[in-house]
Order: sequence, then C-alpha cells, then structure tokens
Amino acid sequence: MTFLAPKDGLSIACDNFVILEDSKPAALTHEFIRFRHGPAVAAEDAKHTKIRDRSRLRLLVPRPYGHYIGQSHSVRRLRRRPRAPHAVSDFIQFEDVSRHYGSVRAVDKVSLGIGKGEFFSLLGPSGCGKTTLLRMLAGFERPDTGRVLLDGQDITDLPPERRKVNTIFQNYALFPHLSVRQNIAFGPTVARRPRREVDDEVEKMLALIQMRDHAEKRIDQISGGQKQRVAIARALINKPAVLLLDEPLAALDLKLRQRMLIELDMVHDQVGITFIFVTHDQGEAMSLADRVAVMNEGRIEQLGRPVEIYEAPQTSFVSAFIGDSNFFEGVVAEVVDAEHVRLSIDSFQDLYAFNDKGLHQGERVYLSVRPEKIRISRDRPLEGRDHNTTRAVVDDVIYLGTHTRFWLRAGEYRLAVEQQHNRFVLDDLPIRWQDEVWLQWHVDDGYMLERYAERDEALMSFPPQRVGEGDAPAESPADGRG
Amino acid sequence: MRRSLTPLVVTLAVLAFFYLPVAVLVGNSFNASRFGGEWSGFTLNWYRRLLAAPEIWHALGNTLAIALVATAGSTVLGTTAAFALDRYRSRLQDAHYLLVYAPLVIPEILLGISLLLFFVALRVQLGYPTIVVAHVTFCVSYVAMVVLGRLQDFDWALVEAAQDLGADAWTAGRRVVLPLLAPGIAAGALLAFTLSVDDFVITFFVAGPGTTTLPLRIYSMIKHGSPPLINALSTLLLTLTTTAVWLSQRLLKEAR
Repeated sequence: MTFLAPKDGLSIACDNFVILEDSKPAALTHEFIRFRHGPAVAAEDAKHTKIRDRSRLRLLVPRPYGHYIGQSHSVRRLRRRPRAPHAVSDFIQFEDVSRHYGSVRAVDKVSLGIGKGEFFSLLGPSGCGKTTLLRMLAGFERPDTGRVLLDGQDITDLPPERRKVNTIFQNYALFPHLSVRQNIAFGPTVARRPRREVDDEVEKMLALIQMRDHAEKRIDQISGGQKQRVAIARALINKPAVLLLDEPLAALDLKLRQRMLIELDMVHDQVGITFIFVTHDQGEAMSLADRVAVMNEGRIEQLGRPVEIYEAPQTSFVSAFIGDSNFFEGVVAEVVDAEHVRLSIDSFQDLYAFNDKGLHQGERVYLSVRPEKIRISRDRPLEGRDHNTTRAVVDDVIYLGTHTRFWLRAGEYRLAVEQQHNRFVLDDLPIRWQDEVWLQWHVDDGYMLERYAERDEALMSFPPQRVGEGDAPAESPADGRG
Repeated sequence: MRRSLTPLVVTLAVLAFFYLPVAVLVGNSFNASRFGGEWSGFTLNWYRRLLAAPEIWHALGNTLAIALVATAGSTVLGTTAAFALDRYRSRLQDAHYLLVYAPLVIPEILLGISLLLFFVALRVQLGYPTIVVAHVTFCVSYVAMVVLGRLQDFDWALVEAAQDLGADAWTAGRRVVLPLLAPGIAAGALLAFTLSVDDFVITFFVAGPGTTTLPLRIYSMIKHGSPPLINALSTLLLTLTTTAVWLSQRLLKEAR
C-alpha cells in the first residue's frame, strides 16, 4: 500500500487519480491516495478523480471539476439532504440509555447507532456525558436504564474484560512497572495465549508502531507520542471490534497533537475497525471523524458529518460550541418565494435568509452567521438579492496571524467578523478601530436554528440583543420552533 | 559575594547535638575502659562477652520472633485498612481515619497501660502473645499510613486498563496493583519491624513474668550495671534498625 501524506495538507500530485471519500473503505487494498481537504486542489492536480461514497466507487470524474466537487461546498445541498439515520449504523447500538449520579443526569435517554468501521466522535464540553457513554460501552459503567448492543449482542451486563472492546485512556494508563514490550503483551498474556504466539504478535505490533528499538524501555523513558503509540498497540493486539479513545491527545502539546491526529487516522485506515473518539476539542473531532455526535447535558444535540455540524447547526448550543457564530433574533416579515424569507430584526433593515425550514410569516427565528462568512470592506459592495448588506462600526481589531478578527457594532448588535489575509487585503488601506465599514454575507450563509436555549448564551461571544433588554420578555425565547 | 557561615554552623551544631551521644556510645563499645570516662585502648572484648551471654541471645530471639509475627499481622491489617480508607467514601470515613491514625499520637505509656488493663480485664495470661497483639495495634497505624501515602498516588485507571485488556479483578490485582504497591507495603513492613524490635514502653507493660525482649533486657542490665555490654548491644541494635529504615526509605524512593 502506498500512502502519500500531504506535506502541507493541500497539494497532492499523482499520476493516476485522487480519491475523494465520503466515508472510508473497510480496508485499503490498492494503491491510491486519500484526499480530504479541498476538492478543488484534487481537481487541479489529478488527471482523474474518483469519488468514493460509503466504500463503493460511485463516480469517475475526468479532470477538472466533477459534479461532486461542485456540490460538496454547496451549503444548500447540504441542508436539503434528508437527515435520515446512517444506513449502516447498527454495529453498536445504545438503546435509550440513561445514567444518573444522584440528581445529575450524566446520560439522559440516549439512543445512538454507530456503523462498523466508522470513525465516530463524541464531542462536547466536560460533563456533557460523552465519557460516561464511552465507559458504558467499555463496561466500566452500567446504564440505569436502556441497553448497549455490540454486533447484535446485548453487552449491557458484560464485565469489561469480556467485551471485544479496547480503550485508549486519557493519560494512556500504561503500566509503569512493565516495559514497552510487556505492556503490549499484557492482553494476550492474561488471555493465556501460547508464549511463542504472543511473542510473534508483540514483535509485529512493535514493528507497526516503529518502536522495535525501544521495546525494553520503561514507560517513563519514552516520549508522549511514543506512549500513545504503545497504548494503541496494547489495545490493537487484542483484535478488538471497537477501539475507544478517551481524549487521547489531551496530554500532548499542539504540534505533536497534530502529528498524532494523522497517525490515528492512518491506523484507522489500516485496521478498519470502529473507532469511537471522545473529545472536547472540535478541531480533533472535525478532522478525524466520519460522523460527530455533539453532546450537551447528557443528550445528543446533533448528529451528523462534520460539515453538517459546522455548516448547518440545528441548535444554539451546537452553533455556539462549534466554532463561533453571530446570533440574530427576529421574526419572519415575509415569505419572499419558495426559498427565501425576509426577516425583521432590530437594528437591521431587511435581512434575507434561505428558508429551508418552511417558515411562515410572523414566526420567531434565530439566525446564526459564522464570522468568516461575513465580508468586511471599506467601500460599499455591490448589492444583490443574494446578499445581505449592512453597515457597522469597528470596535476592535485583533490580528491573529492567519486571519484578523473584527469586533463590530451594528445598531444594538455586536458582531464578530473574520477576514483571511491575502495580497489584496494587505495592499488595501487597513481597517482600523472606529472605522465605518460595510458587511456583506450570502443569504445562504445565514442559518436558522431549530432550537434556541437562553442558557447557551454563556457560550456565545455576543448573544443576540433583546428588545427592551431588562423588561420581561414577551414570550419564551427557548425552543423558537418546536 | 560572601556567603554567610551561620547556616552551616547551625546545621553542624544541631547534627552534633543529635548524633554525638550516639557516637560516644558506639565509640565506648570499643573502649577498653570499663566506665568509659577516658579512652584506654581499642577492644572487641565487650562484643566477645556479649556473644558469650546466653540470656541476651535468648532475649534477641524473642524480640525477633515477636517482631516477625507482629510485622506480618500489622502489614496485612494495615494494608487492608489503607485500601479501605482510600477506596470507600462514607461519612464514617473520617472517624475511621482518626481511629487508624490515633496510635501514632497517643502517648506510648497510655497505650501500654490501657492494653495492660484490657488484658487483665479479659483475664488473659500476660506473655508473648499479648506482646504480639500490643505491637500489632500500634504497628498497624504506621503500615496503614505508609501504604495510604502510596495509594494516594496510585492511578486507578491502571486497574481499568488491565480489565479492559481482559484481566478479571483478581488478575488485575495480582499483575498490576500488587507489583506497584509492593515497595510501599514493604516499606511499611520494615518500619513496623523496626518499631517492634525496639519498643520498650508498651512491651514493659504487657510482658508477663519471665518473658523478656531485648529492650527489656537492656533496661535490666542498666539497672544491674554492665554499661560496656550495653554499649556493644546498643551498637548492634542500632545497626540493625538503621539498616531496616534505610532499606524502607530506598524502597519508597525507588517506587516514585
């Protein structure tokens, strides 16, 4: 198998073709190159582009642009996809599981299916129940109610040592009194497998993780990255059906974390088993997972592919927790046509939004617009039906290297806007504090939330302004639409 | 910059205060003079006479036997107490901790008297068994405290990791918990052994007529006056206990 990892994450040149994967194949057999970031680059570099969708080869697109490539960036298509449960997500099933600690609901009636071979991520803030859910699958916690099934078998009451599930613990939990080799051999030794067989397997594992030279070292003599590899080998040698990863990168520093992310991804491709990855870091979840479940207060807030979670957040929690967002509160002033509504939001003239939810006039809505979707300019941009255009005053400018973040004020609202740097921007007269600027975003880039909860405002940079702040609100803002 | 000599001088003075008497004792055990007032030549005579004194060897044998049994008992009890203190959360846990900790701070003489009264009340014949029981009661606390200290650093995720890898509770205990705690337990045991070997006050109260241990023997020798022999014996005892303490410290350090 040839595996060409992109040096800079962007350009991969290749003689034959590039494969874009919607979801990963069970095992890699042929020579090919995986490609995940930026389909446009694939189209430029490759002679052919093959599209892989759920392990089946669907389309062969001659260069340059394929039908899929145009599609993947279309927010509209994304939103119109029916949110049906994943076709093959019954390998692991949580059926209505709950776990309470005293009066705290760690996990609250969660039902979830995870597919075989899937790289699945549980994402949420600490205390959201993601680790408890993972521990139920590992066998360290029993649900108060509900069942856990693995490959059709009820494993709810099975002790951890009898489950075909292995875990990479947060700090790896490697045995400090054993060498690297003995750590890896622990599982098969405890299972009383023949000595020679164990030795062979361990040798293979050591080769896989490139730790042959360190086999006799003690755990405190190896680095953080090596520890993670040993933990992976120690788990995989037992040939589990599922590998659980409990914040495995939290103990590493930034650069190493990025490297280990790629390593984890490669390991997943090589072994092809189901990975369930628990993290509070959205970057980790987004970059690795086929699907992500965003959890909050013991429940799953949203389940979907990373791009769905980011581009089409259903709730205020998801929108505020994943990345950052600007929130607007208003009512539908008019249903313009089949696809658009005009919104009436204080401090703004007319804002239009893509009406994917079939809203009617007079309904209360919460609109979320990501900071990087908004363009900022000194000069008045061309206005069109496709764009919302408004004026704002710069409150603050924060240079962050890859981009600049602007805090702005538009009437009662405070907004965040991010601008990438490139030649045009640098050559321009820079936008400064107190400048009056124009903001513009595409109608499709404003996303209307299905549920809004006031308590999520703690996560927001700027919560939406309320009419008559301080007065009693006329109606409950929670659950803007049922 | 000139550094002040004061800390050095104070340190040396304190060390001298602590160890000079011990050094004099060790020196005198090799002193040919019977009363140790002045140095009248090196001799191993006192050691030779010590070797020829059967009642001392008898007492030493008793002491070691008591120490071994008391150490074994208190190590098992102390380790289990430490586990109970570390693992279980209960409102009674504070009281439990106090009970285990108390013998460390209760004056020995109080412990000795109360044990004596207790045995008398139960009409138990005083003798070696009562000494062993008495030693276990205070050694348990030391073992429990040492092991508890180790347990507080213990990463229980390791046990979960072992179970995750297919080990049942028994195997996980044998292959992970015990090897990792062994230095702590051994250190506690050595400490208990040392305490038992040189305990005088409590033993004095609970020893029956005719029973004797080395510290009791030394005490009676002082009363009947044979100082050079005591010097030699004390030097031997000192070597034994220091070695045990040094070993226990090393074990603890290695485990870190």
